[in-house]
Amino acid sequence: MNTESMYNHLRKRGISRRDFFKFCGVMGSMLGLKASGAEQIADAFMTKPRIPVIWQHFQECTCCSESFIRCSHPIVEQILLEMVSLDYDDTLQAAGGFQAEAVAEKTRKDYKGNYILMCEGAIPLGNKGYCTIAGEAAEDRLKRFAEDSKFIIAWGNCASSGCIQHAKPNPTDAQPIHKVISGKEIINVQGCPPIADVMAGVITYVLTFDKLPELDGQRRPKVFYGRRIHDTCYRRPCYDAGLFAQSFDDENAKKGYCLYYLGCKGPNTFNSCAVIKWNLGVSYPIQSGHGCIGCAEPNFWDYMPLYSHIPSTYGFGVESNADKIGAALTGIALGGVATHAVITNVRKRRLIKGSMDDDFSLNEKDTEETIQELEEKRDRLINKKKDEDSGDSEKDK
Amino acid sequence: MIQKDKNLREIYVWQLPVRVFHWVNAFVITILCITGFIIGDPPAIQHATAPSHNYWFGIVRFVHFFAAMVFIVNYLVRIYWLFAGNSFSVLRNYYPLTKKQWRGIKETLKVDVLLITKNPIYDIGHNPLAATTYGGLFIIMILQIITGAMMFSVQSNAFWAPAMQDLLIRFNGFFPIRSLHHWLMWAFVLFAIVHIYLVFYHDYIEKNGIASSMIGGWKFIAQPIAEDYEKEQALRKDVEHLEKEKHNKK
Repeated sequence: MNTESMYNHLRKRGISRRDFFKFCGVMGSMLGLKASGAEQIADAFMTKPRIPVIWQHFQECTCCSESFIRCSHPIVEQILLEMVSLDYDDTLQAAGGFQAEAVAEKTRKDYKGNYILMCEGAIPLGNKGYCTIAGEAAEDRLKRFAEDSKFIIAWGNCASSGCIQHAKPNPTDAQPIHKVISGKEIINVQGCPPIADVMAGVITYVLTFDKLPELDGQRRPKVFYGRRIHDTCYRRPCYDAGLFAQSFDDENAKKGYCLYYLGCKGPNTFNSCAVIKWNLGVSYPIQSGHGCIGCAEPNFWDYMPLYSHIPSTYGFGVESNADKIGAALTGIALGGVATHAVITNVRKRRLIKGSMDDDFSLNEKDTEETIQELEEKRDRLINKKKDEDSGDSEKDK
Repeated sequence: MIQKDKNLREIYVWQLPVRVFHWVNAFVITILCITGFIIGDPPAIQHATAPSHNYWFGIVRFVHFFAAMVFIVNYLVRIYWLFAGNSFSVLRNYYPLTKKQWRGIKETLKVDVLLITKNPIYDIGHNPLAATTYGGLFIIMILQIITGAMMFSVQSNAFWAPAMQDLLIRFNGFFPIRSLHHWLMWAFVLFAIVHIYLVFYHDYIEKNGIASSMIGGWKFIAQPIAEDYEKEQALRKDVEHLEKEKHNKK
């Protein structure tokens, strides 16, 4: 088993001490740690042995990996790729075939209970043949590697909540990692893909503190998913002022008005896109003029269309939604009520004119019954009382 | 019994808290539906001022939240009155658990909804069918309050906000909760249409002053029915009294 510290490993790979501390500083501020945070990270990396990582791909598009290798800070990217000691990543590794599988198996055995399993993609439970890696079904493979892992990091919406393959009608019965594996500490790094710096931050935190960061009800790290995009969005003042772009090419869109009317899901989505931003902090979807699609929320594909806040309702026609159905039902109700009013005037004519001779109350039978029941009950109680009273008086005698 | 020379008696049916609840609720639900609809699907009210000079959407949202708080407090008072009110306004009216209530629902369907029976049916308080729909409405109101509070919690620092935000996230976040909140809004619209129509209907055919009863509290009831009612009330009181005595003895 390798006991070399991460720092030593990095030095051997040609990363200077200066760059290493820069990295620790960046990560410390990223995670919102206090001033001593960078020191803690440096300390952990210098003393703790390097933790190997097995990165598994299941039903996914590799956008999480793509995001990850585009970390904003070049040093961060370099260090992370070195640091996580990607013993196995079938997309990034040079080795292939039996060799690669042998490496993965070796890591699993040598570092039993001591490696981190990172997963991309959902697991199809419908049929084992839907997704296989090296001839092994995704479900079996995940279970095999999860059993001996220390933590499981679920990258992206696929691994966290199933993403598009989980969307109705979910033909492959795709399920997220936490639905397949139980009894392991799992962190969901949501997004499609997650922000690269968020991924880096999560890895650094886990390696430094040897535990998962504080998670919310969806197992997302609170530090990155604690606030909505809406509440951190620079277009928020336009929202409160009621200044909405009406189409993507109108004057208001040019002025940078709020995209809420065009279906921006920023108000629905917990993520830090508006704070950390993407691609070296250049921009994020709303800044680029397109509404948020809500990719860090579970089942966001089931709330289409992208460009409306009122989701379509399936089973009532392709184009219908709550408002259309509600308006239709309102129309039906108004029509029904009007019809009822007309029929009432015909059917209840005699009652309305007050010339009903054989009139009787249907409730009267009920009332009579109730009164009879109550009378019987009362009499019973009174009789009982009398009996008891006489019994008491006999005792007194 | 209802004849031109019928003998009518007035009975005090709706106590003040019930009437206040009804009208505050009606007003507030109207406001909530209108503002809610604007928030869900904002109209294109455009102007050339900079965002810093304008806040109309914020004000619409504020009105929605303020009305929601009134709605909640009003409902809490009514929940108290579900236990403290008179026999027409207590909880057991609103959920059909007795055979008698089910029979009443069936009769009301026949008489008032499908218009099969020409004879009228007389109830002093709610008829069992109406009461059951109000029971359903009470549940929808609770759902609206909870889903609304879940969404509001994100921008609130009230003591209950963290718990509600946690609940929101556990229920898969804004997407499903927003949709549910929106769908249930339509339930109020549909309810209002049918409810208002049926008040007109009953007022018209039964001539018992049902519409004004929600203002003054009094209903006009035919003499024999009123007598039966009073007899029943007196008997209930007796039985209750006897049972209490029995209980005390033990």
